[in-house]
Amino acid sequence: MLNERTLPLISAIIVLLLLYGFGSIAYQGFFGLRLAGYLLTDNAFIIVTAVGMAFVILSGGIDLSVGSMIAFVCALMALLVVKFQIHPVVAIAISVCVGTLFGTVMGLVIAIFKIQPFIVTLAGMFLFRGLGYVINTQQVKIDHPFMSSLSEFGIIIGQGELNFVAIIMILFLALGVIISRYTRFGHNVYAIGGDAQSAALIGVNVPWTTVKVYALSGFYSSVAGVLFAVATGSAYPEIGIAVELDAIAAVVLGGTLLTGGVGYVFGAFIGGMTFGVIQQLINFDGTLNAASTRIVIGALLLLFILLQKIILVWAKKFSAKGSD
Amino acid sequence: MKERKKFLDINPKIWGPIFSLVVIIVIMGIIDPGFIQIEFKDGRLYGSLIDILVRATPTAIIALGMAVVIGTKGIDLSVGSVVAICGAVAAVLIVETQLPFFMVVIVSVLVGGGIGFLNGIMVSFIGIQPIIATLILMVSGRGIAQLVTGGRAVSFDSTAMDIIGSGALLAIPVRLWIMTALVLCTVLLLRKTALGLFLESVGANAKASRLLGIEARMLKVIAYIFSGMCAAVAGMILIADVSTAEINRLGLWLELDAILAVVLAGASLNGGRIYLGLTIIGALIIQTLTTIIFSSGVPVEYNLIVKACIILAVLLIQSETTKNYVSQLRTKSLENRHAE
Repeated sequence: MLNERTLPLISAIIVLLLLYGFGSIAYQGFFGLRLAGYLLTDNAFIIVTAVGMAFVILSGGIDLSVGSMIAFVCALMALLVVKFQIHPVVAIAISVCVGTLFGTVMGLVIAIFKIQPFIVTLAGMFLFRGLGYVINTQQVKIDHPFMSSLSEFGIIIGQGELNFVAIIMILFLALGVIISRYTRFGHNVYAIGGDAQSAALIGVNVPWTTVKVYALSGFYSSVAGVLFAVATGSAYPEIGIAVELDAIAAVVLGGTLLTGGVGYVFGAFIGGMTFGVIQQLINFDGTLNAASTRIVIGALLLLFILLQKIILVWAKKFSAKGSD
Repeated sequence: MKERKKFLDINPKIWGPIFSLVVIIVIMGIIDPGFIQIEFKDGRLYGSLIDILVRATPTAIIALGMAVVIGTKGIDLSVGSVVAICGAVAAVLIVETQLPFFMVVIVSVLVGGGIGFLNGIMVSFIGIQPIIATLILMVSGRGIAQLVTGGRAVSFDSTAMDIIGSGALLAIPVRLWIMTALVLCTVLLLRKTALGLFLESVGANAKASRLLGIEARMLKVIAYIFSGMCAAVAGMILIADVSTAEINRLGLWLELDAILAVVLAGASLNGGRIYLGLTIIGALIIQTLTTIIFSSGVPVEYNLIVKACIILAVLLIQSETTKNYVSQLRTKSLENRHAE
């Protein structure tokens, strides 16, 4: 149970529980279903993005375009619903399809031309942000009875509320976990992240898996964009700036190794929630500057990366001893 | 004739960026002659081209540091945040202390170098991937800068900063002198000593260079320190522009422009050969396009799309697959010729 694969995830869960426990003791109203429901809703779109990012990072790549993708999808939704008077359900379907298509194209460029994912998705980041601006440069209200009924929908549990955004997030998290654990594609992702050459030798179609990984990330970030549009009921082109960093940080905080091949998609949830809890702790404290959130997250990031390094060194020593 | 052909054969990589820049400027000059006019007024030069040079300076200086880091097979994402931190430090020092200006410069450059040192230690001694190691500071750096200024925009009044911001020496803006001096020093240091060779060999193959007796790890740290210092200088020029350090916007997206400039200059992100002079040309290409887009009445939003398309085009041309495909075509045509 406790090995170099599970240790980062378990330590991530412990950190989350410690932070939450600290908040519950230190501040009144921190512990309880109300804040829990709020945390799930508030961090839903980061977590959904991070689930897609987890697949990319597990495959040994990186996707910097997700933040811009969220902005672009929001803008597209607004365009379709407000200007073209299309029903939101159709608009959601179209937006998610377009986002997935863009992800696929980036995957194709990475797989066929063998260019580093970092720079290809960087170009994607510019492109989607630009497209978002082209659609509209101002804040647009997405006014439609269906959208408001979605955002008002919720299941009351005690004092807390599990609303539409949180429910979708949990569904897509579950979907991600299932894909990563129980499908051939999921296993292939781990294989090419661990060692692409060996994976190719045992018959994994590396280019095709790579394309699918970026398509999946595009899909998840467009879903995150839709969630954002539903939650805020508006679109403006500057949303989602630096979300790619938050998503990567959430994946790392969730115990996934950045070199690929090791980690759990579920960790994205833990990482995203850790984010949220830190933000709430700073909110409740009240004396700290909002800027400190990012410093704390940076410090935690460093801590986790160092922890992963130490675990890897141990694991290597251990396996070397075992093979003697 | 033979000589000339050889000359062109050797340097398509070097002439590519320069040629693109010239073509862009010539086309703009034909469309709008005002674009290439340079005026001499009040003891300094004015004109769109001068404006481009002036605006490109911060990006070019950062790209210089970035090129050195990329030469070691690294990348430095933290430069935008370093710009913010060093800008904040310089502004706060000017406003709240009586330090002479050169001390302010030294302190901010040292802060930049210190941050670079941390990046370098994480990359080369702890062995964290460069993207991730520098990502940590990219995430937290702006927060740190906000702590330095207390979250407000710091305005200052300093003659020295005004000179950097808008002064001119021998009719040429002061910041161009700063950039030229930096580039010359770097080129001399890298090309006239063995340092450049060592840096590039570390990027091409770190293990082999260590076996050759090159202290690869220390060299990487030095590269990151240099990048941090360049970012600090750029940060000071940027705050001198507006006499204010506004943390939320200061240096935003600069890391991307800098990486783009280095890639346009033909460097591979896999380390190895870098081209310092061409990197400056790369920064100029980016700024020229930005200025054209701003002044041509095309909505500013298209700027990002144009940039994205250029990166993609350059990447596709540079990629191994394209090269293989072209060389395959070439062998085929040769074979055909032989068959005839």
